[in-house]
Amino acid sequence: MMYNLAIIFGEQVKVMNGVEGFMYPNEIGLQWSVLIVLYPFITGLVAGAFILASLERVFHVEAIKPTYRLALLTALSFLIVAPLPLQLHLGHPERSPEMYFTPHSTSAMAMFGYVYLWYLMAVLVFEIWLDYRRDIVLLSQSTKGLLRWLYKLMTLGSDNISPRSLHIDEKVGWVVTLIGIPSAFLLHGYVGFIFGSIKANPWWSSPLMPVVFIFSAMVSGIAGVMLIYMAVTKLRRQPIDIRCVDSIAKYLFYIFIIDFSLEMLDLIHRVYEADESFRSLDFMVHTKLYIPHIVIQIILGTVTPLVLLSITQVVKLPEQVRKRMYVTAGCLAMVGIFAMRWNVVIGGQLFSKSFLGYTTYKMALVTREGSLVAAGLSILPLFILWALVKLLPPWPSEHAVQPVAGD
Amino acid sequence: MNLFKDAGHLFRFAGLFVLAFIVFLVVRGYVVPKSFGQYGHYRGNAITEIAARPVKFAGHETCETCHTDVLDTKSKGKHAHVNCEACHGPLAKHAEDPASVVPVKPDTAVLCARCHTASAAKPKSFPQVDPANHSNGVPCETCHHPHNPAIADAGAAK
Amino acid sequence: MNLSRRHFLVLMPAAAIAWKSVLAGTPEQASNYKISEHWWGMLIDIPKCIGCGNCVRACQAENDVPDGYFRTWVERYHVEDENMTNPQVISPDGGKEGFPIATEDAGKYFFVPKMCNHCSDSPCTQVCPVGATFVTPDGVVLVDPKYCLGCAYCVQACPYGCRYIHPDKKVADKCSLCYHRITKGLTTACCENCPTGARQLVDLKNPKDPIHEFLKTHSVQVLKPQMATGAKAYYNGLDGSVR
Repeated sequence: MMYNLAIIFGEQVKVMNGVEGFMYPNEIGLQWSVLIVLYPFITGLVAGAFILASLERVFHVEAIKPTYRLALLTALSFLIVAPLPLQLHLGHPERSPEMYFTPHSTSAMAMFGYVYLWYLMAVLVFEIWLDYRRDIVLLSQSTKGLLRWLYKLMTLGSDNISPRSLHIDEKVGWVVTLIGIPSAFLLHGYVGFIFGSIKANPWWSSPLMPVVFIFSAMVSGIAGVMLIYMAVTKLRRQPIDIRCVDSIAKYLFYIFIIDFSLEMLDLIHRVYEADESFRSLDFMVHTKLYIPHIVIQIILGTVTPLVLLSITQVVKLPEQVRKRMYVTAGCLAMVGIFAMRWNVVIGGQLFSKSFLGYTTYKMALVTREGSLVAAGLSILPLFILWALVKLLPPWPSEHAVQPVAGD
Repeated sequence: MNLFKDAGHLFRFAGLFVLAFIVFLVVRGYVVPKSFGQYGHYRGNAITEIAARPVKFAGHETCETCHTDVLDTKSKGKHAHVNCEACHGPLAKHAEDPASVVPVKPDTAVLCARCHTASAAKPKSFPQVDPANHSNGVPCETCHHPHNPAIADAGAAK
Repeated sequence: MNLSRRHFLVLMPAAAIAWKSVLAGTPEQASNYKISEHWWGMLIDIPKCIGCGNCVRACQAENDVPDGYFRTWVERYHVEDENMTNPQVISPDGGKEGFPIATEDAGKYFFVPKMCNHCSDSPCTQVCPVGATFVTPDGVVLVDPKYCLGCAYCVQACPYGCRYIHPDKKVADKCSLCYHRITKGLTTACCENCPTGARQLVDLKNPKDPIHEFLKTHSVQVLKPQMATGAKAYYNGLDGSVR
């Protein structure tokens, strides 16, 4: 099949400015760059990290409790960075408040501003605040200087940490987490819908798109929190709670199976129906997207971690070996999920809507939408996480904070 | 009473939201353009702004107002429906103030060739020649006056 | 020029006055344009197109279209016999300077001018997050350059590839059906400069419009009808191989 297509397209294969075959003149340059690949990856991590946290809070999976607060802070770090790739991509970022003032109700993208704000304030910040409130009040009394004022601000002027108030916090927090789960699905699912609802692009247009995005987000988020937990615990020279990591890996495995099944369903459906776009897309996957799609996303990023994880689930291995396999599987999973976003966003723009040609993505290095910026934005959340962990320690510290006498 | 005392911090948090919402509404009142929503979900003034853009091509009717002799010649020949500015370029400025812009006579070697070079791709019924063999390098306007290209009238309508 | 001095002195001011009214700034001020009385479309007559590229050049001149981007362009198709699924298509620089000479005689050739289809169920309007692109009450899809964010979602949503992001203004841009001309009683720049009448503006609300009559009496098609966009660029003599 591939060779027949090469002969058919061979007539027109003259590579001029990266174009093979025929493309509509305005299609030759890509509109959405690596930054638009990064955005769903980041919000996916947010949603996935939150779902992991909610496993403990709502579904009472006790084993993963050590990662609860860390997962929330991770989600917040990434959520803070999430709008940045979008702002850097816009032609007029100074006009982005228009999405708040005059959102167009027929546009999935218009809901971004509100969904983001809702998730940030009414779910994530609210939940973190409720869970940390006791610590914040105590820290506002025990620290000095500028930090003291910051903590005082975060208490919103209330220093009530009586058992009853904490009990109310607990109950309200449970409700917030419960609402947070569909909110997390909305935060990332709408991104899938942004692509899935475009009838003009057959690579994107599919009702499966939001579902695939959500499940792959959970894979990346769970893997991400697992890796961060292991790294941070190692940095703190503390023992890794292996029961916790085993439990996380188990959930990672289950979600990964669902994600893989969904992607396979999409593939099989496309190959079977073979509609007018199929030949062009098939050729693209076998040529331009061979490395990112077949090698990186499928073989390295999905099949390999699945095999590693399934071995750990079936065979009883020593702790050290398990940990190494988890780290490997987790890293490969993150790479695979990034590749999936790449293949959707970039892949969807590499072929012509005439189904007669292909173009090339020339990723610049130092421009506003180049690879250096993308790399910087990927690392930035880790710095923010570092600051948040310092500000709101997820663990009871070695010298525990005691309430001031007389309170 | 106890409930309020122990849930006071929650009311403060909610209060932040209410305050932010009010600020949002006030800012929105100032920032959203007044004509937004006039015809639909867009700035109504955009229609008038776009309609007010400058016109560059005057259009054949305007040319014909002054150049009636050319109109006479052209209307009798095969180029009757070819717009003046298709060959002479955009001339709205000339129509507004004829002295300010003098239209250039285009180079026939380039101009005529664009339409009339023979190609298997063009409709068979369209007059087309191979420029290299057709006139042996003689300029097109020697035999074909652009305003009325039929050979019989060449020399008469200059 | 053969005008006598007397003719010139009479015609000049008359022309100037006529032109001034044509150039009148806004639709409201141009006294006879009522937005609700029109519903614009275009007819593209494939057998008449000779691929001269006049329309592409005229559009660029009229609308300051930047090089490398196209509000309208022309494609040349070469369909060999019955092989409708694999046409050879070229559009060198959008057809702006015409096309290279075609030498192969086997199969059929034809030119297809493309432009914004000014869809009545426009998918680009549907996806704009802020309302910067819209369908006017007279059926023209426009972009508000003062409101557009440059997110390029509309560019992705257009099935016909007629949109682009302006490299300098950083906002979405596309064919405006020469709105600034048609609201003053002129036709679009591309239609004005087409030497064979392959492109014709049509007012679908005007029963006396001869092109409207043509549409009612001939077999015409739109591009990608399965997309249900309500496209209003009608093609006469469109081959099944056209994408």
